[in-house]
Amino acid sequence: MRNTKDFFRCAGLALALFAYLTLFFGAEDEWSIAAYVLLGVGGVIALVSFGALPAIERLIQANERACQALMIAGTLGIIAVFREDHYTLFLLGTIFVYSAAVLGINVQLGYAGVINFSGASFFGIGGYTAAVFLQNTPAPPLLTLLLGGIFSAVIGSILLFPVLRTSGHYSALVTMAFALLLKVFLEVSEWLGGPQGLALPSLKFLGIDFAEDLVIMGNEYSFYVKYDLACLLLLIMTFTFAQRIERSWMGLAMDAVRIDETAAACFGISVTRWKITAFTMGNFVIGVAGALYSMMLSYINPSNFTFSDSLLFLSILLLGGIGSLWGVIAATAFMVVIPEKFQIIQEYRYLIYSAMVLMMIVFRPSGLLPRKPRRYIAGGPL
Amino acid sequence: MDISLLLQFFINGCMLGMMYALVAVGFTLFFGVLDVIVFSHGDSVMVGAFAGLSFYLLCMYLSPGMPVWLVTLFVSFAGMAFVAGFGMLVSRFVIMPLRSAPALNTLLATMMLGTVMREAVRLFFPDGSNPKPFPRLLPDWSWKFGGALLRFDNIALFIAGGLLIVGVALLINHTRLGMAIRAVAQDAEAAQIMGVDFPFIVLLTFAIGSAVAAFAGLMNGLYYNEINFNLGLLLGVIGFSSAVIGGLGNIYGAILGGFVFAFLQVFGTVAMPFSSAYKDVFAFGVVIVLMAIFPTGILSERQSQRV
Repeated sequence: MRNTKDFFRCAGLALALFAYLTLFFGAEDEWSIAAYVLLGVGGVIALVSFGALPAIERLIQANERACQALMIAGTLGIIAVFREDHYTLFLLGTIFVYSAAVLGINVQLGYAGVINFSGASFFGIGGYTAAVFLQNTPAPPLLTLLLGGIFSAVIGSILLFPVLRTSGHYSALVTMAFALLLKVFLEVSEWLGGPQGLALPSLKFLGIDFAEDLVIMGNEYSFYVKYDLACLLLLIMTFTFAQRIERSWMGLAMDAVRIDETAAACFGISVTRWKITAFTMGNFVIGVAGALYSMMLSYINPSNFTFSDSLLFLSILLLGGIGSLWGVIAATAFMVVIPEKFQIIQEYRYLIYSAMVLMMIVFRPSGLLPRKPRRYIAGGPL
Repeated sequence: MDISLLLQFFINGCMLGMMYALVAVGFTLFFGVLDVIVFSHGDSVMVGAFAGLSFYLLCMYLSPGMPVWLVTLFVSFAGMAFVAGFGMLVSRFVIMPLRSAPALNTLLATMMLGTVMREAVRLFFPDGSNPKPFPRLLPDWSWKFGGALLRFDNIALFIAGGLLIVGVALLINHTRLGMAIRAVAQDAEAAQIMGVDFPFIVLLTFAIGSAVAAFAGLMNGLYYNEINFNLGLLLGVIGFSSAVIGGLGNIYGAILGGFVFAFLQVFGTVAMPFSSAYKDVFAFGVVIVLMAIFPTGILSERQSQRV
C-alpha cells in the first residue's frame, strides 16, 4: 500500500462495485433487473468515455494485495447480506466453482496453449469420483475432493498421448471425441446410475454437517452459506495458484511454449514437459471444482457435463479474455447470473448466449478484460 | 450370427457411411480453401432437412395434385439451394471477418453459430422442439435377399449420394472452376495474383459444401422418416471426425473417413461383447486411438507441418 489516499480510492471502487452487485442480486422483477443491467452498462461506458479506466488500472496494479483483500471482503459481505436466500447463495457458489474450473482451463489453454474441449467432462469425472467414494467408502470429504482432482488428472493423462502427438484442429477433435465418449458412457453405464445419476450424502467436515442450517448466536442462516465459504476458499486457492504460476519461471516457460513451440524448443524448454504439466494441473483443478460442485448439488447426472457445458467453459474463458484471471471471474458471473435472473428469456437463453459470444468473437476477440503483457520487474516498466 | 442379419447391418453401415461422407466432404472443402473448421456444418445438415420439410409442406399447400417425383425433385433442389444460400451468408459474415483470427476463435465462433441455428429452429419452427415426421417421398418397393430386406429408397439414396460426391470430385479435379478452388486451397495469395477471384471462389465453395450438407439432411430425413432440431450436433462431430480421420483437405480421405466411422459404429453394435448402447463410446474411442497413431489423418494432409 503506497498511501492511505490510494486505499480509500480502492475501497471506494470496491464499495461501489459490491453495492451494485448486491442491488443486482437482490432485484426480483424483470424491470428492475433490466434497469440495473442498463445502469451497469451505462456506468462502464461512462468510465470508458471519461478516460478513467487507465487510472483505475494503475491504481489496482499499484495496490494489488489490498484490492484482492477488498474483493474477498466484498464477496463475504454479499454472502452475509443474502444469508437467508438459498437461491442467491446457490448462484454465488456456482459462480465460485465455475470460476475455479475455468481457471483450470486457463492454465491449459491460456498459458501452455493446450486446447481442451472436454472441460465439462473432467468436471464430471471429479463429481462422479466424489459421488462414488462418498457412497461406497467412509472416505473423509476433504480426501474425496483431492481424489476427484487426482482421478480427473489421471484419466486426463490417458488423453495426453494423442493430444501431444496432434496439433491444432486435430487435438481439438481428440478432446471433443473424449467429451462425447464420456457423456455417452455416463448415460449408459448402469454402475454410475445411467441418466438418473447418483445422489451424494451430505458433506461432513471437522464435525460440521454442511446440510444443516447454519446457526450463529441463535440466528438460523441458510446451509448454503457453508458451501459458499468452501467454494470461495477453493476459488481463492485456485486463483492464487494460477497467479503464482503465471508469475513464476513455470509461467514464463508455458508462455514460450504457447507462443512459439519451435523457438521455445530452441531455447531448451521442453515443449512436451510443459504441455503435460499444464494439462495435468488444469485437469486436477477442474476435477476438484467438479467434486465440490457435485457435493453442493448433492446429486449428479450426465446432463450437467455435456459438450455444450464444455463449450460454456471455453466461451467464459474467451469472453473474459484468454489468460486473464479477473476476466474469468467477471465473465463467469455474467454468464451464470444473466440467464438465471431473466426468467422471461429463459427459453431463449442459449440463443442469446451463443449469439452474444459469436458477436464478441467477431467484434472484440480479445475479451472483456484482456491479459496484460508480462511485467518482468515488479512495479517496473512493461 | 446369421448371414441375413449381417447383410442388414452391412446395408445400414453403407447408408450411414454415405451420410457421414457427405457431411465430411463439406468440412474438408472448407478446410482446404480457408484453413478453417466450420463447426456449424452439422447444423447446416439439420437446416437442410427442415428446409426440405418446409418446401414439401409448401408444395402440398400450393398444388396438392403434383406428381410425387416432381415434388421430390423440387424439395431436394429447393432445400439444397436454400442451404447453399445460407452457407454463402455464413462465409461472408462470419468466416471471412475471422480469417486472421486464431483457429480456436473460428472454431468457437462457428460452434456458437451452430447453437444459434439449432435454437432458432427449436424456438421458431412451429412446434420445433418435438421430432417431426418426414414424408416418404420415394416408392416403398423392396426385395428380399435371403432374410435381408433391400429397400428401393435405400438404394436410390445411396446412388444419389454417391453421384453427388462423384460430381463434386469431378468438379474440383476436372474443371476450370475446380482448378481455381484448388489454387486457392494451395496458396490464396498466389491464386489472387494469377487472377482468381478469391471472394467469389470462397462463396462458391461454401455454396457447394452447404448444398452437399443439405442433401445429407434430406437423406437423413428420407431414411429415418423423422427429423429433429438436435440431429446436427452429433452429425457435425461425426462428420468432423470422419474428415479428420481421413486427413483434412483431402476429399477422398473424407469419404474413407465417413465409411470408417459408420462401420466402426456398426461393428460396435454387432461384434463387441458389450451392449450396443456403447457403440458411440467404442467409435469415439477408436477415433482417439486412430488420431494417436495417425496424427494428421490416414490419408494425410499435403502440408502437415507449418512452422
